[in-house]
Amino acid sequence: MVDVADTTKTTATPASDPPEQRPFPRWVITLASVTFVLILWEIFGRRINPVFGSYPSAIAVAFWDLAASGQLWSALYESLRPFLLGYALAIVIGVPLGLLIGGFRAAEAALGIYVTAGYAMPLVALVPLLILWLGLGFAVKVAVVFLMALFPICINTWLGVVAVPKTLIEVGKSFVAPNIVILRRIVLPATLPYIMAGIRLAVGRAVVAMVIAEFFTTISGLGAVIINSANNFDTATMFVPIIILMVMAIGLNWLIGFVERKVAPWQAEIAGRDRE
Amino acid sequence: MGEVTFLDVSKRFSLRVDGEVHHVQALDRINFTVKDGEIVALIGPSGCGKTTALRVAMGLDAASAGRITVDGREVHGCGHDRGMVFQHAELLPWLSATQNVMFGLEMKGMRGAPLRETAEKYLQLVGLQDSQNRRPHQLSGGMKQRVGIARALAIDPKVLLMDEPFGALDAQTRESLQAELLDIHARTGKTVLFVTHDLDEAVLIADRIVVMKHGRVQEIMDVPLKRPRPDLGIVRGTPEFAETRYKVWRAIHDGAVVH
Repeated sequence: MVDVADTTKTTATPASDPPEQRPFPRWVITLASVTFVLILWEIFGRRINPVFGSYPSAIAVAFWDLAASGQLWSALYESLRPFLLGYALAIVIGVPLGLLIGGFRAAEAALGIYVTAGYAMPLVALVPLLILWLGLGFAVKVAVVFLMALFPICINTWLGVVAVPKTLIEVGKSFVAPNIVILRRIVLPATLPYIMAGIRLAVGRAVVAMVIAEFFTTISGLGAVIINSANNFDTATMFVPIIILMVMAIGLNWLIGFVERKVAPWQAEIAGRDRE
Repeated sequence: MGEVTFLDVSKRFSLRVDGEVHHVQALDRINFTVKDGEIVALIGPSGCGKTTALRVAMGLDAASAGRITVDGREVHGCGHDRGMVFQHAELLPWLSATQNVMFGLEMKGMRGAPLRETAEKYLQLVGLQDSQNRRPHQLSGGMKQRVGIARALAIDPKVLLMDEPFGALDAQTRESLQAELLDIHARTGKTVLFVTHDLDEAVLIADRIVVMKHGRVQEIMDVPLKRPRPDLGIVRGTPEFAETRYKVWRAIHDGAVVH
């Protein structure tokens, strides 16, 4: 049976359409914005006493010195190891925990309050305690990053599960899918966009956690570069790791977005964002 | 075989509205039988309990009293002997059309090569052989509902339960799907119980019409139109259609004075 209304409605952008007015590419706008900010910073930064502030060209020079001496790379390596491990652990534990809390009434009642409270936990205040438990080394840094990244991931996953349309779950039920199958094949994919949002939110918190850990435990990594140069009133050098961390967060965010489009392509398609 | 019987089925809900608990008698001792191979329409004003009756038959809601049997076996929860077609198709958005149909089959325990073959066979039955790899958002409303029908049919249930399956579609698409449902019914001989609020649809498709009101069965009417009904346009023009449509209308508007 030919269904005329159906075929016309679903044809994807026919070739005969007039060429679409291409919008200004996003990266050009971003680049212009960054250039503008850097120029402003350079102009005003130069007028300030170099102890109180710095400016891009001075930071670039400091970056070059740090990079050439090799200090930057060893600090980066030292920072990234606990960061990546803590962050990965937060994902591996936070997502299933969120699924559990969102998926089962009893789990929500029993565990939900800890997660909600944990999100607001003043972690900085607890660092001394963590040091008593875990020492001053690698383990405590992993723990601090883990604890900061865990809660946004877990809470977002939880909220995602709660937002799964009831009717989709009924589809599973009506085909007699066991609960575990409904969780894995319906709830999990439906929750993926929320999970990815949680993982993105956690990037920023994990970066902050890493620097806090390096300040308060063995002073090491990029955190050490910040503290040491600040103590020497070398403001330009202090900005180098700060900017590296911010750039790293942008990079990770982009990477997560890329992964999201790979594992949940339908989401971007539904939202109409798949052509960018 | 595929005979569905409602025996004194009742369903009560408790609703909390502004702090007060309201008891709603959604179904009040419903009795009727859908015979093997028959198409029965449940019709009535919104809130009459027709969707509740269907959900209880599917096993998505439990009856408060009474029982429902399929071929004499009492319904407890969902089962593969019943296939559900949802109002808005409710396809899984991350799966292609074929994978959506395969989902139901997998839940029935089918594995390996027959899985895809069966899914494709049923997509062909609903005329979607060229759109197998599209995901739901790449399908129109009518195509989505075809996938929904294919998904329910593929598990070879004894009964097809449909909850206002064409209610969300535009008039043209609705008509073509109504014709297609009759065509599928002619080929598969499935028992069909469907809920609708559309008088025309009920008369065009059903063998019998169950009119519900306030959770009760108001009236059960035979549709004196012969099968097959290959051209619904012609059926619409027959005096039997007009007469039946009028009778159903009267039953719904119970006691309404007609001038």
